Amino acid sequence: MRRRVVVTGLGLVTPCGNDVPSTWDALMRGDNGADYIKKFDAENFPVRFACEVKDFDAEDFLEKKEARRMGAFTHFAIAASDEAIKDSGLVIDESNAEMVGTYISSGIGDFWAIEREHEKLLNSGPGRVSPFFIVSAIVNLAAGNVSIRHGAKGPNSATATACSAGAHAIGDSYRIIERGDADAMICGGAESAITPMSVAGFASMRALSTRNDEPEKASRPFDAERDGFVIGEGAGILILEELEHAKARGAKIYAEIVGYGMTSDAFHVTMPDETGSGAIRVMKKAMKDAEVSPEQIGYINAHGTSTPYNDKFETLAIKNTFGDYARELAVSSTKSMTGHALGAAGGIEAVFSVKVIEKNMLPPTINLENPDPDCDLDYVPNEAREAEVDYVLSNSFGFGGTNACLIFKRFDE
Amino acid sequence: MSEIQDKIKQIIVDELGVDDAEVTENARFIEDLGADSLDLVELVMRFEEEFDIEIPDEDAEKIQSVRDAYAYVEQNQED
Repeated sequence: MRRRVVVTGLGLVTPCGNDVPSTWDALMRGDNGADYIKKFDAENFPVRFACEVKDFDAEDFLEKKEARRMGAFTHFAIAASDEAIKDSGLVIDESNAEMVGTYISSGIGDFWAIEREHEKLLNSGPGRVSPFFIVSAIVNLAAGNVSIRHGAKGPNSATATACSAGAHAIGDSYRIIERGDADAMICGGAESAITPMSVAGFASMRALSTRNDEPEKASRPFDAERDGFVIGEGAGILILEELEHAKARGAKIYAEIVGYGMTSDAFHVTMPDETGSGAIRVMKKAMKDAEVSPEQIGYINAHGTSTPYNDKFETLAIKNTFGDYARELAVSSTKSMTGHALGAAGGIEAVFSVKVIEKNMLPPTINLENPDPDCDLDYVPNEAREAEVDYVLSNSFGFGGTNACLIFKRFDE
Repeated sequence: MSEIQDKIKQIIVDELGVDDAEVTENARFIEDLGADSLDLVELVMRFEEEFDIEIPDEDAEKIQSVRDAYAYVEQNQED
């Protein structure tokens, strides 16, 4: 018999709020996290806005010395993990430490450190490169630092699978617990890549919206006027736990994770497969894993980046996967509000998926003013909606054609 | 306390996140001030930058206390 895995804690840092309650309230209001970039002078950039995290100070919860040797994405991961662990009530001590793991992914790691230290290398030579450069920059140090902070001695891992990275972390953690390698996992994604090189690079490939005159209208998934994604940042962390372990300590159970799929497009480095095949197969795999029929899914948290291609082909894939039922299915893109937090997106959106089940509310797709004829599903336009759904599916698709899909279920003994 | 010592002390306080009062002459970086190997590298780099000197690795290894740092910088500044 399969070990069942449940969600017992949630943590968030997003452009819409620095914890779960404030972010969820912002989503219910349909708030937008976009504004002109404040982290660096973007005056001469083709894209001058982003969804930045606001009023966040790492020194609120880290010693100055500790904070300095971590990348900004790790700061977000620490804050979100602190919230999730506290929320779960999980106490990590000698009795269970070896069965508690960390798995926090990032698409990029810390470009801030790379850009800063590279400048030192060029200007002052190799002797001026900080000894903290490598441990700030590399992708797995969010997981590493969270593990150290909480004494979690089980599995410690991270994937760098671009915009699927956060979802892969959660799916892989589900498998780790299922097969008995851990009883609990602190898992999700973290990203802080609103940096000069990153914005220049994504802009150069024409991935970003250039709606510089109206940042708050720029992230508009499924709208006919969408012109690219808005880069975001933050962290989304879940505490996953084996069911009996959670019950034994009387934990609050938010939902059960029941499905995980992974596929590859094997098509193009950035463009989605034009038949939607990678996305179709990943949703079907997750549903097979969850042992559910398409008609049981009540809501999809779409990848929904607001790029012309993604939203068109994701819609096509949903229609192909769900057939006539696709018309009755609620689908929304919370990236319309948070922007696209790259490797953190899958973690952040997994938290939202769980909140949908807890709160019986669907977050909207905002800025959906002129629907694209190719995008003809119920995207929960512009206003949050009350709905009781038992199964929620969350999609994440990344550069390199890497796809991940998670399914959460209302908990039932 | 000389101006050099004052500056060194400030760097130590800043880099290691310790209180001013803890940075006594006898204080050892690792044992007393909680530094690790990476902190020591960063400290030496800050001394090099601040005083415009080169500290070779074999010398850096010998700077283990606040007193060592004062002595090394003062000696090499005068050269």
